Amino acid sequence: MEIFGVPTQALFGQLLIGLINGSFYALLSLGLAVIFGLLNIINFTHGAQYMMGAFCAYFLLSKLGVGYWWALAITPLVVGAIGMVIERLMLARLYKLDHLYGLLLTFGLALIIQGLFRNEYGTSGIPYALPQELSGGRNLGFMFLPNYRAWVILASLVVCLATWFVIEKTKLGSYLRAATENPQLVQAFGINVPRMITLTYGFGVALAAFAGVMAAPIYQVNPLMGADLIIVVFAVVVIGGMGSIMGSIVTGFALGLIEGLTKVFYPEASNTVIFIIMAIVLMIKPAGLFGTQR
Amino acid sequence: MAAVPELAPRAASRADGLAHQRIATAVMIAFFALAPLVLYPVFLMKVMCFALFACAFNLLIGYGGLLSFGHAMFLGTAGYASAHAAKVWGFPPEFAILFGTACSALLGLVTGLLAIRRQGIYFAMITLALAQMMYFFYLQAPFTGGEDGIQAVPRGKLFGLLDLNSVWAMYALVFAVFVGGFLLIHRTVHSPFGQVLKAIRENEARALSLGYDVNRYKLLAYVLSGTLAGLAGATKVLVFELASLTDVHWTMSGEVVLMVLLGGLGTVFGPVVGALIIISMENYLAQIGSWVTVVQGVIFVICVLTFRRGVVGELGRLIGKPL
Repeated sequence: MEIFGVPTQALFGQLLIGLINGSFYALLSLGLAVIFGLLNIINFTHGAQYMMGAFCAYFLLSKLGVGYWWALAITPLVVGAIGMVIERLMLARLYKLDHLYGLLLTFGLALIIQGLFRNEYGTSGIPYALPQELSGGRNLGFMFLPNYRAWVILASLVVCLATWFVIEKTKLGSYLRAATENPQLVQAFGINVPRMITLTYGFGVALAAFAGVMAAPIYQVNPLMGADLIIVVFAVVVIGGMGSIMGSIVTGFALGLIEGLTKVFYPEASNTVIFIIMAIVLMIKPAGLFGTQR
Repeated sequence: MAAVPELAPRAASRADGLAHQRIATAVMIAFFALAPLVLYPVFLMKVMCFALFACAFNLLIGYGGLLSFGHAMFLGTAGYASAHAAKVWGFPPEFAILFGTACSALLGLVTGLLAIRRQGIYFAMITLALAQMMYFFYLQAPFTGGEDGIQAVPRGKLFGLLDLNSVWAMYALVFAVFVGGFLLIHRTVHSPFGQVLKAIRENEARALSLGYDVNRYKLLAYVLSGTLAGLAGATKVLVFELASLTDVHWTMSGEVVLMVLLGGLGTVFGPVVGALIIISMENYLAQIGSWVTVVQGVIFVICVLTFRRGVVGELGRLIGKPL
């Protein structure tokens, strides 16, 4: 069976890979958007923290014998806690300065973290075994769907929507949105804004670490796995605009799909298609598809 | 009326500051003219290429307030273009450099039109993403030689007379390009154009209300910065006879940010000092090898947290005059 001269197996295979990539784009750009909303900082360390998530899962398995499922729960807490320490010790000193200093600081941190891991583990990936419960796959008739990939898409969708729900529909989220608008006023109402900032940064980092654990069985564990990815995620963020949580999620998945389609029809452009879309969006709607100029 | 007595000393101090800068410029030029007698000339040529690159970057951040995180695309584009022109088309060196620089200017125009639509953090992210797009383009394009790069680029004879295969002729060319570029930037910063640029950096809405076409000024600054970065890249390719992917990778964009940050954002001599320090570190601390990235990251963090004025900025504060 063929569609536009492309075998359906290949088409759906690439669409699946696109959705997987899209899951990671969505999780990472969501974390960036949450952090940016409150801290006004673009977290350049996000890619390194995603990598730390994958490494944390690997350490848990190889050093302590802790399996995938526990790693999925423990890793975001550990890496998120490290993130909160970074926020308290370093980022907190920069809030009164130009926002660009936050970008420069987190870029420097990313260089340090990635450099240290690369010195220790080289640049060849370390394989991470699939959890037994999710090995194998099923035949859907038009394509073969590996169970683990289905799980990644489902899990990231659930986490993204849960995040959206908490921020947009709960009381805690309303505090967060209020502090994004006017931190002084929210503080005057007796809410501890600095602590909220720390926790928000920790949560954004935890999302990146969660994505890292889920990526470990697919892409292997590699010190540089987040280095190029973060630049693509930046482009995703520019395309979606950082004003809306749902916008980050939708843009992430959609761009993953488009990238997958490009791999089928014009593979040469698959690395650049997201950047080209970014250029087009900038020409038509500079604030981003879901964004408001601020 | 009360403002008049205030104006006079300020004007005097400005002239005084400029005299200071003239002396510092002379010292710097003398340093690069005499240093090859003591230091390895190829190292100094590398320093001068990166110093010009960093000065071009500083023109944008220091005076325009725009942080580009993708300046490597100009360095690399000019490098590939001039290498291709010199090696495949047999251009003489002066035209190869000109061609490479022109390609970067064109790239600056196209990417600038997109990037200046957003400010601040978004500008940084957009330039980074555009540079990454160029990186993938050069990775796949047939004429760049992929991972190998364009090797054995002929230096040729400058104006058909001066054989650049002699180290001293090459040194003289790089020296002339660097000093010329430096003085051009210095002139730009102190021109009415540079003053408007500073006004835009300080208060964009105000500059707009005064009737300045803000976006055109920004675009012009961006193109000029990209062009001069390209000039540095094209010259560097002739020095090393090699154009490679290193020059378009984002690590290179980060490196130039680091040079300017360490030397002093918005200072005249900061980028030169920063380039000298970073390149020396890479050359003379070669045994630390893979630790270079970590050391660079540590310098970044220290500079941002406690040393935001940079080396030259702190020096200028010590003597009480801008450098």
